[in-house]
Amino acid sequence: MALLEVKDLGVRFARRDAAPVDAVQRVSFTLEKGKTLGIVGESGSGKSQTVMALLGLLPGNGQASGEALYGGRNLLALSQRELNLIRGDRIGMVFQDPMTSLNPFLTVERQMTEGLQLHRGISRRDARQKAIEALQRVWIPDAARRIDRYPHEFSGGMRQRVTIATALLTEPEILIADEPTTALDVTVQAQIIELLRELNRELGTAIILITHDMGVVAGLADDVMVMYAGRTVERATAQALFENPTHPYTRGLLDALPRIDDGDGTHDIDAPLRTIAGNPPAPGEAIEGCAFAPRCALAKDQCRSTRPELEPIAGEKDGWRACLRPVDEMMEVVR
Amino acid sequence: MNTSPSTTAPTAAAAPRRSRSPLELAFRHFLRNRAALVSLVILGLIIIACFVGPLFLSNDPTANDWGAISIPPTLSGQHWFGTDELGRDLLVRTLAGGRVSLEVGLLGTLVSGLIGVAWGATAGYIGGRTDAVMMRIVDMMYAIPYMLIAILMMTLLGRAFYLVVLTISAFSWLDMARVVRGQTLSLRTREFIDAARATGVSTPGIILRHIVPNLLGVVVVYATVTVPGIVLTESVLSFLGLGVQEPMTSWGVLINDGAQKLESMPWLLLCPAVMLCVTLYCVNFVGDGLRDALDTKER
Amino acid sequence: MLAYALRRTLWVIPTVLAVITVCYLMLHATPGGPFDTEKHLSAATLANLNAKYHLDQPLWKQYLLYLNALLHGDLGPSVRYVDWSVNDLVSKALPVSLGVGGLSVPIALVIGVLLGTAAAVRRDGITDRIVMLLGNVGNVIPPFVLGPILVWVFAILLKRSDGHGWLPAGGWGDGGWRYRVLPMALLVIINVSSIARVMRGSMIEVLSGNFIRTARAKGMPGHVIVLRHALKPALMPVVSLLGSICISSITAAVVTESVFALPGLGQLVVDGAINRDYTLVLGLVVLTTVTAVVFNLLVDLAYAWLDPRIRY
Repeated sequence: MALLEVKDLGVRFARRDAAPVDAVQRVSFTLEKGKTLGIVGESGSGKSQTVMALLGLLPGNGQASGEALYGGRNLLALSQRELNLIRGDRIGMVFQDPMTSLNPFLTVERQMTEGLQLHRGISRRDARQKAIEALQRVWIPDAARRIDRYPHEFSGGMRQRVTIATALLTEPEILIADEPTTALDVTVQAQIIELLRELNRELGTAIILITHDMGVVAGLADDVMVMYAGRTVERATAQALFENPTHPYTRGLLDALPRIDDGDGTHDIDAPLRTIAGNPPAPGEAIEGCAFAPRCALAKDQCRSTRPELEPIAGEKDGWRACLRPVDEMMEVVR
Repeated sequence: MNTSPSTTAPTAAAAPRRSRSPLELAFRHFLRNRAALVSLVILGLIIIACFVGPLFLSNDPTANDWGAISIPPTLSGQHWFGTDELGRDLLVRTLAGGRVSLEVGLLGTLVSGLIGVAWGATAGYIGGRTDAVMMRIVDMMYAIPYMLIAILMMTLLGRAFYLVVLTISAFSWLDMARVVRGQTLSLRTREFIDAARATGVSTPGIILRHIVPNLLGVVVVYATVTVPGIVLTESVLSFLGLGVQEPMTSWGVLINDGAQKLESMPWLLLCPAVMLCVTLYCVNFVGDGLRDALDTKER
Repeated sequence: MLAYALRRTLWVIPTVLAVITVCYLMLHATPGGPFDTEKHLSAATLANLNAKYHLDQPLWKQYLLYLNALLHGDLGPSVRYVDWSVNDLVSKALPVSLGVGGLSVPIALVIGVLLGTAAAVRRDGITDRIVMLLGNVGNVIPPFVLGPILVWVFAILLKRSDGHGWLPAGGWGDGGWRYRVLPMALLVIINVSSIARVMRGSMIEVLSGNFIRTARAKGMPGHVIVLRHALKPALMPVVSLLGSICISSITAAVVTESVFALPGLGQLVVDGAINRDYTLVLGLVVLTTVTAVVFNLLVDLAYAWLDPRIRY
């Protein structure tokens, strides 16, 4: 049985003097125990809002619809008080910007122990001990002394490791990481990814990893969901996705990754970097037909009038794509 | 696969709009702010009443109508706001007091505005040591309890009208100076200043002809913030018996008078108090509206 | 931190000195000696008085003598009340001002912080509207209007069975609580409005910040978030506000003591000014300037101390 089952999740934001914005529409996915799901997309694709909705962290004017079944209950229907029993305990979250995600007025110790104290009822002293161990596990040197410092005395990479350690203190079943490496240097990025991989292996925590970086996904995810303009465009196992992307957008994302060689063994130093021309639609923009059509090389008239639904990919287990153009047409262009 | 040529549909050419000057844009934005508009109208009415009203009213603020002593406000008959124990019509006294209070407010704002702009623009433009010293003086003056100094000055120098204005202005220019300095600092780095300097315009010339006109927006906004402060300071001084002298009256004087006779004639306090509060409230709203309108222009 | 504190402290001295000097010059430069109004003084008495107050000395000497006395904490003899020194007058009036004004600031602080927090947490709700309304009242109605209105309602309109007002209209009487209620209420209302407004704005901003989102994601209940996570950062602007409240308190004290006829420092200043009691007024100006400057300094230091990011 799946650990988390999301069906037709939607997020709508009310606006004061305008029509409401649908930032996320009909997103569905499942998360199995101990597996890692990567959610990929550009800014504004709705990937962050999706997980915010799961944990009830949407801003005041946001409203979630659909179902998110965890432990037999629909997370989207729970009150804040009920969610408080799950957040920080069974489901942990790590945010994008380590510079602002920690409270500058509280010591690291206080911010790490409060979750344990609240959810496990253990004493502050015991919690402190566990926190120090957790810091050591994420390779923070001199943890016993550092723990009493304030966040601004840590570097960005160390702060992110602190946040991850904090989230894992209660040994959650699911860890949601929203762009955990975006605000960090490349070298530090690699460390964080390595850390997540190791923790997933050791503790068996399922991870939902949100990123716009395909490279990060490649290193970590078992399954991948690609989002565009608030909707899922492709969903598959990581292996299948990277070997045979079946959606033009996914293809575009993969092509955009700079490579040492050009994929065919040659290396043309003057070849221009590949991009996907155009820009994603603004959130809430009413779109007829496929949202990606304006930027798609395969687009035909029917793409601009009919919205594609998610359909299983023939010959692939657990593969889904939302595209009106047949798969073989895509493959031809590839070859 | 090579990148596909951009297939974004060309946006329909927007109908050309009449270009609007920043001032016009600000004006229009202000008009849309209902609270500010209503306040402006009320303010206008009060100003007209205070300055023009007495021409139409037959009474004189010091005239005693011995036949109608201490009567409460009535709409019928002559004395709409009532009279005090000397038979003086309260409406006329309130309007006369309003004239004085508003005059102090406007003149005081003018004087302190001039000082503040000159100080701030000079400090901001010259920069460096001069700026540091000038702003340090501002900081020091901020720490001084000006009300006490004002009390001191009023006692020593006397209470002629122009002295009241000067005393109050002496401490009201600080905020203006700070804001103007900030604005000048950011203006100073703009290209047109370099251009002026390249053509040999002298420093005072630059300050006067290039910086000051661009400060207008900020100055206007802060002027509206300063007016209530000055009117209040004058009112407090008058309330303490240290403001304008007889036979001149101001709202502060009237309120002090009314406060002492509350038991028997509460309207003596309430009428000028309401006028004062409404005026201050309206100036605040107009100031807010101006700030909103002029802020958009800056973007 | 230490260097910062020292630097700020040093600037106190020139400020105070400048104020003293300017006031001193103003007092002595204006025509009219303190004894001009006394017509019946014989030449000998006048000479004695002048000697006592050093008025027969050249100005610069008087100035230095005054500074010297100041350093010893002596504010000089009162000109008006010949048998009293300024220090005496001040020590009689100080408890009154402190008991009313001094006490009202902490009360206003607590109430203001509570109201502001409540308004921010239940934003756009009824609590919010009420708090904003209160804020506007204290802001727009000047103290010298609000004071008499309070007197009117509580001392004139509301009467006890013996015909007296429910609360006294003014005066200090025996210093009992009845005489303190209205003036304190006035001061509290004035200060609560600005404190609540600042607290509300600050709390709203803090609550929308990222680290609050993290705390919510950890399952922290609402009261923990407000008290443990949001309160301290949100208080910072309020601490800054305290500095300017101190300055405006002086004006407020003068007005309040005038409205309620309290024998405090404010009343002393006004009386001294009207009576041309030079030493008294000068002494009070010195006292309040020093207090204001020192208080501002303390506020700055407190600010730096509270925020763990400002450490040297």
